Amino acid sequence: MLHGLVNSIDPYFLQILVNIGIGITLALGLNIITGLTGQLSLGHAAFMSVGAFAGAILTLKTGTPFYLNLVLSGLITAAVGALIGWPILRLTGDYLAICTLGFAEIVKVVFLNMDITNKALGLTVPTPQTALPMPVIVLIVAVIMIIASTFIQNSRFGRALKAIRDDEIAAESMGISIARYKVQAFAVSTFMAGVGGCLYAHFLGYINPSDFGFLKSVDMLSMIVLGGLGSIPGAVFGATILSAAPEVLRFMSQYRMLVYGALMVFLMVFRPNGLLGGVNFTDLVLRKLGVKPRGAVRGQEEKY
Amino acid sequence: MFLQQLINGIALGSTYALIALGYTMVYGIIALINFAHGEIFMAGAFVGLLMVGVFKLNIFLAMACAMIFCMVMGVVIEFIAYRPLRKSSRLSALISAIGVSTFLSSLALMVFGANAKGFPDQAFHSRQLHIGDADISTLQLLIIGVSAVLMIGLEFIVQKTKIGKAMRATSEDYNTAALMGVNVNFVISFTFALGSALAAAGGVLVGLLFNAVSFNMGLMAGLKAFAAAVLGGIGSIPGAMLGGLLLGVTEVFGVAIGYSSYRDAIAFAILVLVLLVRPTGLLGRKILKKV
Amino acid sequence: MALLKLDNATIRFGGLVAVNGVNLEVEKGEIMALIGPNGAGKSTIFNLITGIYPPTEGGISFNGKSIAGLPPHVIAGGGIGRTFQNIRLFNELTVLENVLIGAHTRGRWNLTGALLKLLPPVRREEGRLLELAIHCLTQVDLAHKAYEQACNLPYGEQRRLEIARALAIEPALILLDEPAAGMNPQEKQTLLEMVRKIRSAGVTVFLVEHDMKFVMGLSDRIAVLDYGVKIADGRPEEVRANPAVIEAYLGKGATH
Repeated sequence: MLHGLVNSIDPYFLQILVNIGIGITLALGLNIITGLTGQLSLGHAAFMSVGAFAGAILTLKTGTPFYLNLVLSGLITAAVGALIGWPILRLTGDYLAICTLGFAEIVKVVFLNMDITNKALGLTVPTPQTALPMPVIVLIVAVIMIIASTFIQNSRFGRALKAIRDDEIAAESMGISIARYKVQAFAVSTFMAGVGGCLYAHFLGYINPSDFGFLKSVDMLSMIVLGGLGSIPGAVFGATILSAAPEVLRFMSQYRMLVYGALMVFLMVFRPNGLLGGVNFTDLVLRKLGVKPRGAVRGQEEKY
Repeated sequence: MFLQQLINGIALGSTYALIALGYTMVYGIIALINFAHGEIFMAGAFVGLLMVGVFKLNIFLAMACAMIFCMVMGVVIEFIAYRPLRKSSRLSALISAIGVSTFLSSLALMVFGANAKGFPDQAFHSRQLHIGDADISTLQLLIIGVSAVLMIGLEFIVQKTKIGKAMRATSEDYNTAALMGVNVNFVISFTFALGSALAAAGGVLVGLLFNAVSFNMGLMAGLKAFAAAVLGGIGSIPGAMLGGLLLGVTEVFGVAIGYSSYRDAIAFAILVLVLLVRPTGLLGRKILKKV
Repeated sequence: MALLKLDNATIRFGGLVAVNGVNLEVEKGEIMALIGPNGAGKSTIFNLITGIYPPTEGGISFNGKSIAGLPPHVIAGGGIGRTFQNIRLFNELTVLENVLIGAHTRGRWNLTGALLKLLPPVRREEGRLLELAIHCLTQVDLAHKAYEQACNLPYGEQRRLEIARALAIEPALILLDEPAAGMNPQEKQTLLEMVRKIRSAGVTVFLVEHDMKFVMGLSDRIAVLDYGVKIADGRPEEVRANPAVIEAYLGKGATH
């Protein structure tokens, strides 16, 4: 029945919606490591490609059902992320960024030369037979990612990440193991990249290592910068605008990266919180839950 | 055979060194990786190409024009995209740098198209010379020669002039230099100008060497040069020169022994290795943070 | 047995010996001060204790166990909290979040806890941490500003926030690095009482300060550092009359 509903929607429009859904997943992933933990990763596209190829190979070579496939792709990517992250995340900001970029290039070159990824020819991925239509799956995944990100942001784990972003030395002096948390954040981030990549591979139907280059990483960085680093609504907003834009603005595709580049400089100089930044959703939520400073601790305040 | 590859490596490495110097000087002075540096290199190549192809200048004049153009470009970029962010977080400055890099390479794509362009033949007539059982082309000699001259010039400026002293002071301790009366803004602009000039020269030379100038040559060359700068020790001028040469030689030998399809990955492998094993590089200084 | 013991602690930075063979003990329950001219190495000693630098020579022990060379997060987890000479708050975060991060070691749920946020065990922990944070904020009289962004607080309140954050570790020992710097006399008086209350709550206090009046009025014992070497150690009256101390200060130009 859902299939019927989905098939009745204009396929062009549907494609844009799916791109947005995948974009949201990817942007939220990058947001965890770059927005929340403050570690600039310029290799997000490489992890997307790991997930894409893992998913594609699982579908092509084994009979794994798609849902399992999706989770496995995420886990495989997270494992690679943790492995790479462990030595690399010790580096400070600039070096880390370049290192992630370097790693991304290495992945691309390796994939272009491996037989299992079909070298430069890429892989064609058949559309999986699933009970739910693909667009619905993408939507569900995007929603799950939004919820997970929100939970993470307002938890002890998320606070530790934010502390690391704001001041590593102070964070460490409060008992936070910088190395451990950075790697964990990276693992979460790459998990989401892997899931996004797997979805991308199965929806698009064809993947090639060259699709996942530096420009793609910049694309995703632009999404979270536009919306405001560290902001979940911002990431969703940025992902929506910049996933839809290439289609909607197809006629000016050559100007796209030009605009992204100028936009990034402009935003950093004039509005570093992005277009949506400065809106503190945590604040609003806490107030709604009735957590007020004095009344929060029933009767205990009298003691002090 | 060994000698041949060594010569090839030194020629290639010299170009990396020229670009690496820009990275290392800027990093040494404002602790920022100028992500757009690769694009300045690319711009230099295009300007050189235009000067030779359209204005029919000889290669040396074209190179000079490229250097001047890029000096201005570097100063402008610093002023617009980095200076306002000097008090902001490192992440902002880095993102801004990426923005500039993206903008410039897209601009080049728009203006010049996606295809690589070659220098016209009259740009430089390259002849082959024999040394032992190796060939060295006059082009390679040009590259090595020009690089050497420029690097010596740079050393002279940095070590023997007043502005050079100011540069060294500012890179040791920014705040103290300012308190001592150094016009820090000017020094920074000057550093960018110098680095950009060298990158521009590198661009023209690389364009000649591979006979290809394209909008995306900046990214790869920039990353490799950065790897070279890190290898030699970021912040160290002799380090950048050494790193560049070493990287060039390693890359050439790597290709020669059969890893040609992994050619680009060699630089990154070196980069990652250095950062993990000896982050200060070969000649760099260890900087202890004051808490 | 002393709570904190520095045993011939030394640290060299290249050719510079910042801390030279310092022997120091801080007894449980006391308020101990470390004073000395600028550049004497006081903050460096704090950094040694909290693990930011490992000592080049000598040992540091806390509660009888050696902590020299341990990373800062482990030392903090062991019950040592600190403030910084140049305030290091988490500027983008709220006052409450800053203190909640101070309470980090009092919780244990990580990524799993984040994803299972709605389950009772996790919610109980969050509730507990929140209570602790509010309690610490109340101790420094900042509870009414819980939702303000840390960077928007006036200077004196930022210093108090740093103290609240350190208290959230529920430390056995708290290191205060120039807590009164930049405060006016009124604020200093309030701070004085706050520190006394902290000690009565069972926390041992070790502080670095320049303001002599503040230090003399507050401390049980004072150690004096000059050029990285301890030149005096004892009760305030003894130290104040010590000729070496007087020379160290007056010989370098007067302080207040």
